[in-house]
Amino acid sequence: MTSQLTSQTETSPQDPYNPHSAGPATTSVPRPLYWSVRREIWENRSIYLAPLIVAAVVLFASSLSMIGLSKKVQDAAADPVKQHALIFRHYGMAPVPIMFITFIVGFFYSLDALYGERRDRSILFWKSLPVSDRTAVLSKAVIPLVILPLIAFVLGEVTQFFVLLLNTAVLAANGLSAAALWSEFHLFQEPLVAGYHLMAHVLYLAPLCGWLLLVSAWARRTPLLWALLPPFAIGVIERIVFNSKYSLALLNNRVMGAMEASFTAEGQHGMPDRLSQITPLSLLTAPGLWIGLLFTALFLAAAVRVRRSREPL
Amino acid sequence: MACIEARGLRKTFGSTVALDGINLRVEEGRILGIVGPNGAGKSTALNAILGLTPYQGELRVLGRDPWTEREQLTRDVAFISDVAVLPRWIKVTQLLDYAAGVHPRFDRAKAERFLAKTSVKRGSRVRELSKGMVTQLHLAIVMAIDAKLLILDEPTIGLDILVRKQFYDSLLNDYFDRSRTIVVTTHQIDEIQDVLTDFVFINHGRVVLESSMEDFETRYVEVMVNSENIAAARALHPIHERQVFGRSILLFDQIGRQQLAALGEVRTPSIADLFVAVMSNPAEGAAP
Repeated sequence: MTSQLTSQTETSPQDPYNPHSAGPATTSVPRPLYWSVRREIWENRSIYLAPLIVAAVVLFASSLSMIGLSKKVQDAAADPVKQHALIFRHYGMAPVPIMFITFIVGFFYSLDALYGERRDRSILFWKSLPVSDRTAVLSKAVIPLVILPLIAFVLGEVTQFFVLLLNTAVLAANGLSAAALWSEFHLFQEPLVAGYHLMAHVLYLAPLCGWLLLVSAWARRTPLLWALLPPFAIGVIERIVFNSKYSLALLNNRVMGAMEASFTAEGQHGMPDRLSQITPLSLLTAPGLWIGLLFTALFLAAAVRVRRSREPL
Repeated sequence: MACIEARGLRKTFGSTVALDGINLRVEEGRILGIVGPNGAGKSTALNAILGLTPYQGELRVLGRDPWTEREQLTRDVAFISDVAVLPRWIKVTQLLDYAAGVHPRFDRAKAERFLAKTSVKRGSRVRELSKGMVTQLHLAIVMAIDAKLLILDEPTIGLDILVRKQFYDSLLNDYFDRSRTIVVTTHQIDEIQDVLTDFVFINHGRVVLESSMEDFETRYVEVMVNSENIAAARALHPIHERQVFGRSILLFDQIGRQQLAALGEVRTPSIADLFVAVMSNPAEGAAP
């Protein structure tokens, strides 16, 4: 998906006066998808604005925390472990708020994607153009499954790097060596590991996105309620009738399962940042991953069918 | 090949019958007006033709089944409806970019030329435009699409008479070229009487009357009957009679003009007059 999108940007610059793009030429499949994804970003500027704002807030807060950092580091000179923790506290956690906000944006985006177009009645206009329901739903799934994770990844890495520079500058200004800081930073490994980490979470949360899109295609009102009600009801029924907690365990698996399947449990404190810690084979053979992706496909296929015959609200 | 061909087209919503066996044939290059009261089934029929709703019976649009082959049809069919509104957040340039990006038959230069004649600014968002400007924008996009069939469902509703007139003028002068087919529904039927080549009346999900404009003009005659001739005129079985300023206006179906000219002032009725006559007298209208 990603490679298709990027290759599109390179190979088909939009030139309306280009004789190849005018006239009754047949389009290839990715063109409607590419433009539909761009359309989603035009409409939902929070896709990039919210993570940008949070990244700015993280940077601002980190720079505030630099006040007095040198003093604390000097005081802890006798205790390297404490010194290490002081410096790394902000650095390691910098991407976390950005990941969190993109999850929130993705959640509400998915919930509104196929509901909003019916509410503002623009769905009939979109349907008057040759973009199939499949492409339309797919373009709306691309946002939370590809675009938002990419934005979170890039912004997370950039923010983290800036925090690193900030730390270095503060330490250097106070005559302290930043060598320890940089030696701990795995310049090439860390982004790979972070990208892998993020991808694992996205794959595990994909069925949630599929479910939200299906509800948003189907609900006549209050999609949030309809999205939460069935899982809640199942949980309550299960608890009362069987006195079990499988549905809660399932929810937990979606959040923690990705972490467990994709990294070794050994030697972890904080965010994993070394390639030696990843276990891609165990991720790819985890049944939870594939069952989740199967449900994602089912939910999305159902959303396509529902959108097909839905009318404006 | 007929552009649209429907046989026994039916559509029900629960126990409500929206389309009750529509038979319709629209040849290529025609401009058909669909006339009917609210709830007659016009929009449902158009939705079926556009492949937006499943149906029973037989329906072919440009030789294809619109429900199962909607994807292929969308390249050749364009539509404007009063409910298919342009998204309010979008910018005019974005709209043109998007249409050019997804539609293989969209001629952006043509849309730009049309917009240049209006006061629609490229950088504006749809929400900043007046209702008339939004319609012009929508028309600019649709006219730049090299479609074989254009469907207009109440396209000028809520617009003032100047914009309405401009709309149909542009459509006829800059778009229609005898190889395209246009289907239009509107409540302001009098305004487009000169535009149409054919019309159908639909009521309770059925075709009540269909005619070409040529047939209509030869077949129906309206006579402002002089009071002394009223009995003789009524003996010819008018399909409708109404009073205007104390005079009787009688509408006749297939009665010779010469014969009627003896009874009073003869003229061609408007489609709206015929519509009122047929709707208030369904038994007559349902004939041949």
